[in-house]
Amino acid sequence: MTPIASRAMRGLAVSAAVLAAFAVLDGAVHALLAQNPFGAPRAAEPQGGIFGWLLAKQSEFYREMSQTIRAAKSDGSAVWTLLAISFAYGIFHAAGPGHGKAVISSYMVANRETARRGIVLSFASALMQSLVAVAIVGICAWLLNATAKTMCGAEKAIEIASYALIAAFGARLVWVKGGGFFRALQVPRPALAMAGAQQHGHDHHDHAHHDHGHHRHAHDDHDHHHGHDHGHDADHVHDEHCGHSHGPTPAELAGPGGWRRGLSAILTVGIRPCSGAILVLVFALAQGLFWAGVAATFVMGLGTAITVAAIALVAVSARGVAERLSGARDGGGMVIMRGLEFAAAALVLLFGLGLLFGYVAAERATCL
Amino acid sequence: MRPSLNRLIAGFVLAVSVVLGTAAAEAHPHVWIVAKSELIYAPDGTITGVRHAWTFDDMFSTYALQGIETKVKGAYSREELAPLAQTNVESLKEYAYFTFAKGDGKKQKFTEPVDYFLEYKDSSLTLHFTLPVKTPFKARQLSLEVFDPTYFIDFQFAEKEPVKLVGAASDCKMQFERPNSDGTAAAQKLGEQNFLDGGNANFGMMFANKITVDCP
Repeated sequence: MTPIASRAMRGLAVSAAVLAAFAVLDGAVHALLAQNPFGAPRAAEPQGGIFGWLLAKQSEFYREMSQTIRAAKSDGSAVWTLLAISFAYGIFHAAGPGHGKAVISSYMVANRETARRGIVLSFASALMQSLVAVAIVGICAWLLNATAKTMCGAEKAIEIASYALIAAFGARLVWVKGGGFFRALQVPRPALAMAGAQQHGHDHHDHAHHDHGHHRHAHDDHDHHHGHDHGHDADHVHDEHCGHSHGPTPAELAGPGGWRRGLSAILTVGIRPCSGAILVLVFALAQGLFWAGVAATFVMGLGTAITVAAIALVAVSARGVAERLSGARDGGGMVIMRGLEFAAAALVLLFGLGLLFGYVAAERATCL
Repeated sequence: MRPSLNRLIAGFVLAVSVVLGTAAAEAHPHVWIVAKSELIYAPDGTITGVRHAWTFDDMFSTYALQGIETKVKGAYSREELAPLAQTNVESLKEYAYFTFAKGDGKKQKFTEPVDYFLEYKDSSLTLHFTLPVKTPFKARQLSLEVFDPTYFIDFQFAEKEPVKLVGAASDCKMQFERPNSDGTAAAQKLGEQNFLDGGNANFGMMFANKITVDCP
């Protein structure tokens, strides 16, 4: 096989591996369910794979919430049940399809983020989601006693803003990652073996990022790509927006408060509250148990965060696998990885635009 | 640049497969409706409209009632609910009233609802409205589907008298098909297929309630 063909094969193998992983995961859940239907005993056992099962579970938990809130009026201990259900609902709800995870995982892939960052991002954005939900209902319903129509108007405005944010965020990523990708493409082939040395001149930023994406195999490719980065660990702080600038200042690289870099991601994902949380909050308010609704919302967010973090971790490891399989050491792998990042960035952009213009269905605001 | 193009494609497949699993469609109902519908026929056998009575679940009912002032606490009169009913039917327009009719395979349109009002009973709201057919038509086979394509709303028809024919000829035969008692079977079908399609397309179709009326 020519090197070119073998590289192409490797690329395909990566994709196949990831698809296979999904299939296996799906199958595993099937098998698990067959042996242990850990839901309510029901005649028809869901065999439809992850999505079907999640769907059924979510609806179940969600519907139990209103009953439990009612029960909590007379029996305080029902609040514990409510919290347990909310937590489970959060976990399942986030495991279903939704834009938050898509944005976070694409961002993780595009931006070579570490696992730890993925976890922090997931939790921070879920927390923000909960806060926004509580703020909307707290201000609109509790303070102003506004009608559902007004509240839905607020939800819709936030929704549009959040889609625009996703698109803007994606555009930003595409801009930055597109630069990296085309630079990688333009590096003359024969020089690729020395890509590390070559790229130093104009790609510092990428290197710094690169380093924390894959500690696991840092030893194989350090020499080639970023020998200068040995001392750094995952705690770099630097703005992904400045991918084009030359030589980040030490402050950018190692300043405190790593949250700053992810703030745009947190904002993008967290600004849009979950319609479910809003409904639960309003319902709890009407029952005179607003605080229980608030607690439920935060616990729901906690559950969501756990699932989103898990998905983000899958994205990070998939990226790691891709990196290893694409053999980043031969320079061609560099193109693959830059291409991958670029594609992930493009996905965020497309996703944002799709949501904004209605081509991608998202959970809609409760406006009827 | 061909090899890198190959890799780019491969990379893209990877990225898509990572994200697809998470981005297919937002899919789980937040609102539950128990529906009753009537198909209205003119004396000459043309179909003139559909009359719906949709009862919302208690969580959504409470949400919808938020901020509505009443004379008697906890009791909502039809007049007090009128602005909300207005909002409801106006919002439903965007979703084509979740009502999809075909006469002998041809799509039929509805005009804006008439005779709409809300009723509050047993802590649930019921929305009554009549959808006039844009151009009343005769059809040997009428099919009517009620569902939310995005499955934000779960439609279930009432146990008793889910569908009635009003004024139809006596030899018309009606068939009613529920999606599934709990949506599980539908959700099952959707599993892999939906994943592969990546589709939001007709997601909610699986949860459609199908009414067919054959008139010879």
